[in-house]
Amino acid sequence: MSEEPLKRTPLHEEHEKAGARLVPFAGYEMPVQYDGPKGGVKAEHEAVRNRAGLFDVSHMGEVVLRGPDAERAVQRLVTRDVSRLETGQAGYAAVCHEGGGTVDDVLVYRNPDDFLIVVNAANREKDVAHFREHTHDLDVEIVDESDDWALLALQGPEAAGILKNFTDADLSGLKYYRYVVGEVDGFYAVISRTGYTGEDGFELYVRPDDAAPLWRRLVDAGATPAGLGARDTLRLEAGMCLYGNELDAETTPLEAGIGFAVHLDKEQEFVGQEALRREEEEGLRKKLVGFKVEGRGIARHGHPVAVDGEAAGTVTSGTQSPTLGEAIGLALVAPGVEDSFEVVIRERPVPARAVPLPFYKREKK
Amino acid sequence: MSVPGDLQYTRSHEWVRTEGDVATVGITDHAQDELGDVVFVELPEPGATLAAGDSFGAVESVKAVSDLYAPLGGEVVEVNSALEDSPEKINEDPYGEGWILKLQVSDQTDLLSAADYEKLLEEES
Repeated sequence: MSEEPLKRTPLHEEHEKAGARLVPFAGYEMPVQYDGPKGGVKAEHEAVRNRAGLFDVSHMGEVVLRGPDAERAVQRLVTRDVSRLETGQAGYAAVCHEGGGTVDDVLVYRNPDDFLIVVNAANREKDVAHFREHTHDLDVEIVDESDDWALLALQGPEAAGILKNFTDADLSGLKYYRYVVGEVDGFYAVISRTGYTGEDGFELYVRPDDAAPLWRRLVDAGATPAGLGARDTLRLEAGMCLYGNELDAETTPLEAGIGFAVHLDKEQEFVGQEALRREEEEGLRKKLVGFKVEGRGIARHGHPVAVDGEAAGTVTSGTQSPTLGEAIGLALVAPGVEDSFEVVIRERPVPARAVPLPFYKREKK
Repeated sequence: MSVPGDLQYTRSHEWVRTEGDVATVGITDHAQDELGDVVFVELPEPGATLAAGDSFGAVESVKAVSDLYAPLGGEVVEVNSALEDSPEKINEDPYGEGWILKLQVSDQTDLLSAADYEKLLEEES
């Protein structure tokens, strides 16, 4: 780990005032949960599922690719065919090594004149180096704008109702994975209908100086501050991957179950395409499964998976689901593993059952 | 954080209430607060013999796992099985209904007084 002092987001003071428990995360001091009657992982999780929660995710990285070859560069760098993205649309994608292992999972936005790639905070420097390494023959400028943006995620069934009081943007016409540029409470904002919770919601890219006043307005309007703890339980219930857990350099996006973000048929070659095509032909070396623990205990990241006492994989994420009241998890297991297996919790094998993902799906209105 | 004066404590944030040669053990108010919402408690079997310092179970919140260590040596004579269905009692009443187990003490060790434990909490904060 680096010895550099932890960075703070523009919302640091708001977190302290709200009684946040701050922890080191990806080089930043980030709120894991808040104190008080509406705080705690469970209460914050339930606020997002039933009303609206507000997350500071300003630690996420924003990398812009511009220039005559910007589209060629993005096509080469990510697994999704971005020629199919319209201006104003975002797409989830993976970035791969030549061997197919995952460098990062990202969101690609097609802007009128350039592309924005939103990357995981912990991977930011590695990603930018990877982007440059694989595009030096192209006429593209790669700019790390991460420090120029704050990012607020307003998530939950009441998110749209809260946000519409602060903006003239047509939210009802804004479809999932689309964005508009406009103003929120008078502040310049990229309003993106995206999120990491399994709920309807918005991610608001704003200027760092505008983040704190906007945060206060949204909280006063009824959004509950929510920390990384709830963010993790929400994304896990929604069956979404977390880099470093489900995805890493040893795991391909196909193995991690995000094949929907991999366009193996895209005309322009992307880094890792050959390896992924080969893996698809020859069969996956491991596969991601969702499971419920059937005995007593909670499986956690790193716990072994076994079948009849034989090692058969590893739990990548696990928690007690606040919505379901059951212990759930994701695991990377050998291709032959069927619906029943054991998770080894503190050296004790506990029966688990594979279940379809996601664990939780919101009711569409 | 509440630190009752009539209890003894460990550096790993357990409390001990001694009555005769039976010691009741739980985790402190500070420990439950650090963990957050407790959702699962792994308890030993009654009859198990523990040496002082043995890990005998775990308390889990949504976000973290905390191992439990025996403050004293002895035989487990009772566990608080109500925690299996209501682990949140550890948050609500850590020194009362949130007790974890009772030991028939056979091996005494030095424990912290309430004043020493409060000092430890100050040093850690």
